Amino acid sequence: MAVMTREETEALIQEVLEVYPESAKKDRAKHLMINDQSVTQSKKCITSNRKSLPGVMTIRGCAYAGSKGVVWGPIKDMVHISHGPVGCGQYSRAGRRNYYVGMTGVNTFGTINFTSDFQEKDIVFGGDKKLSKLIDEIETLFPLNKGITIQSECPVGLIGDDIEAVAKEKSKEIGKTVVPVRCEGFRGVSQSLGHHIANDSVRDWVLPKRDDTEFDSTPYDVSILGDYNIGGDAWSSRTLLEEMGLRVVAQWSGDGTLSEMELTPKVKLNLLHCYRSMNYISRHMEEKYGIPWVEYNFFGPTKIAESLRKIASYFDDRIKENAERVIEKYDSQNKAIIEKYRPRLQGKRVMLYVGGLRPRHVVGAYEDLGMEVVGAGYEFGHNDDYDRTIKELGNTTLIYDDLTGYEFEEFVKKIKPDLIGSGVKEKYIFQKMGVPFRQMHSWDYSGPYHGYDGFAIFARDMDMTLNNPCWKHIHAPWKRTAEAKEKLVANA
Amino acid sequence: MALRQCAIYGKGGIGKSTTTQNLVAALAEAGKKVMIVGCDPKADSTRLMLHAKAQNTIMQMAADAGSVEDLELEDVLKTGYGDVKCVESGGPEPGVGCAGRGVITAINFLEEEGAYDDDLDFVFYDVLGDVVCGGFAMPIRENKAQEIYIVVSGEMMAMYAANNISKGIVKYANSGGVRLAGLICNSRNTDREDELITELAKKLGSQMIHFIPRDNVVQRAEIRRMTTIEYDPKSKQADEYRALANKIINNDKMVIPTPITMDELEELLMEFGILEEEDESIIGQTAEAEAV
Repeated sequence: MAVMTREETEALIQEVLEVYPESAKKDRAKHLMINDQSVTQSKKCITSNRKSLPGVMTIRGCAYAGSKGVVWGPIKDMVHISHGPVGCGQYSRAGRRNYYVGMTGVNTFGTINFTSDFQEKDIVFGGDKKLSKLIDEIETLFPLNKGITIQSECPVGLIGDDIEAVAKEKSKEIGKTVVPVRCEGFRGVSQSLGHHIANDSVRDWVLPKRDDTEFDSTPYDVSILGDYNIGGDAWSSRTLLEEMGLRVVAQWSGDGTLSEMELTPKVKLNLLHCYRSMNYISRHMEEKYGIPWVEYNFFGPTKIAESLRKIASYFDDRIKENAERVIEKYDSQNKAIIEKYRPRLQGKRVMLYVGGLRPRHVVGAYEDLGMEVVGAGYEFGHNDDYDRTIKELGNTTLIYDDLTGYEFEEFVKKIKPDLIGSGVKEKYIFQKMGVPFRQMHSWDYSGPYHGYDGFAIFARDMDMTLNNPCWKHIHAPWKRTAEAKEKLVANA
Repeated sequence: MALRQCAIYGKGGIGKSTTTQNLVAALAEAGKKVMIVGCDPKADSTRLMLHAKAQNTIMQMAADAGSVEDLELEDVLKTGYGDVKCVESGGPEPGVGCAGRGVITAINFLEEEGAYDDDLDFVFYDVLGDVVCGGFAMPIRENKAQEIYIVVSGEMMAMYAANNISKGIVKYANSGGVRLAGLICNSRNTDREDELITELAKKLGSQMIHFIPRDNVVQRAEIRRMTTIEYDPKSKQADEYRALANKIINNDKMVIPTPITMDELEELLMEFGILEEEDESIIGQTAEAEAV
């Protein structure tokens, strides 16, 4: 299918909205737009970060997911307690593929579920005593933990447990950082508020810890913020920065440690990958410590080169020259990848529906492979995300916010993309519809996708999925045309 | 006779627990089979029946045993004066946890364990003064208490609370079958108290079912952890509780209340001289400004 015109896209939106009742139609219309690069402020054409409509299949998570699952969970040498009934902790356990180095259960705890496992009596009599006991048990069983966070589940907020008081008391007692996080799931409209709450708890309970301690710093100290090391993303990013001559003092939060977090206020520049989940703490460090921050994008060689130069511009000529050298060094590797995969992927059309960053950040990587993003949207993006998205996408591209299950299916039926990138809940629906699909939250058990090394894997995965022979066999035999049958026989 | 489930509500400190237990004692004396379910974390709804300080509560025993599933009915159900069955839901100390959830859990437990057997004539729920959350409305949800009695006195805040409770009853009356069955006036010896409460009851579409005069014998009995009926059955006050019991046995005036507005309530209070006419000119004036 050729590129849709503005009128065609507009007609498509109207057609899809048609089935909704009047009030729902009015609401959903505000969350759908057609890209126009001349628009400078997305708020003129799209609404975001609003409560989802009841009755639609929203794909969003909750504040607890944002704090425990995204921001805090990957800090590997701390124990993160899912405070409340067992389900939240168990169903969010180890699902996000935040890789880390360490001996799990000894000095790192990333894939273990620690929960206070609330029972009826804990609701009625309060869970503070149990929490206190739990922290004692953690200290006994896992003495090498560097600290503890308390991730509140819904009931904790309802019954008003004073987890801050417990945190202060136990912190004094065990001599370690204990962070209470008020990320009850019912707060806010999506996981996005959980990111903010978690950022604030880092600001209040972690960052000031070493304000008065000396640190042997260099002029080249940077930190990576908002890289969760999915499938090793942060590692393939970090090597490039180090090759440039920068010293990565901290990695947030993929494969990160408490000590790294505490040292972050000592760096010269904060490098921000996931803007949505960590812009809050970046702004705070800029205000309080005067540390500038810069957004970067390590998906695909075009964006990587752009980002390396942008980062280098904050430093001296040596770093700038190094950046050029790094870009040069990987050039032939990238050319080989593109030469191999571009002919197989050229002109293929992709629809994306991911969290709060990737729908804009991966566009360049697809374009490097000759592919085109024909629809993109965020589960929990805000308007500053859409501001940044407008520039990345072609005019007349369909943009959708907090997409409903129904809308997603209908858009796919009409736009007929060659590939969809979204999450596990969407995956099997579209695969059953015969559309190649990649999970773009977890990299579908693959990765890393960041950095030059990641690009090689990204390109291979997209080809592997899109050009998989299985798609030719997905139609029912009795519906095959005579021509298709012949072709099958010939190919066999 | 079919089981009648009644809930007693009213402002905190108005004398709900004392009134309920004296009433229940009178019912038991009249040969009725009664159960009291205390729905207040203070757990003082059955002490006069059991001559006890405070009964072991469902929630406390459940916490000690591990979970509510580990309890048996006979662990929590005590028999007191006149074969009245007594049970307390219990709950946390003030300031922690969720007392409302305690009430829900306890009542669910009683239902599942078959505490509401066919021999019972009456169940009385004695509920915490302020219906602060859904848990304290549990006794008036579907298939539970159908009759509500509000204990009230001639004091302004008591009447204010009675009106608010009526608003709550309206909400549940529409979804279930709960009805306001009457106001019980527990006298504080204010002026024209009986007339005032009769008038309030009329405005709510209900009745003042009985006026209980103030009598120190109630306190004397209470110090001995007894009801007046048991402590001094010949006293005049015991007869008052018997009269109340009798009226409740024969009560058939169950209504969906018609709560009144704040203005109407203030008007009523002004009519009876409890509230002075409001002087609008002084609103928002500081002492300094007034002195000028």
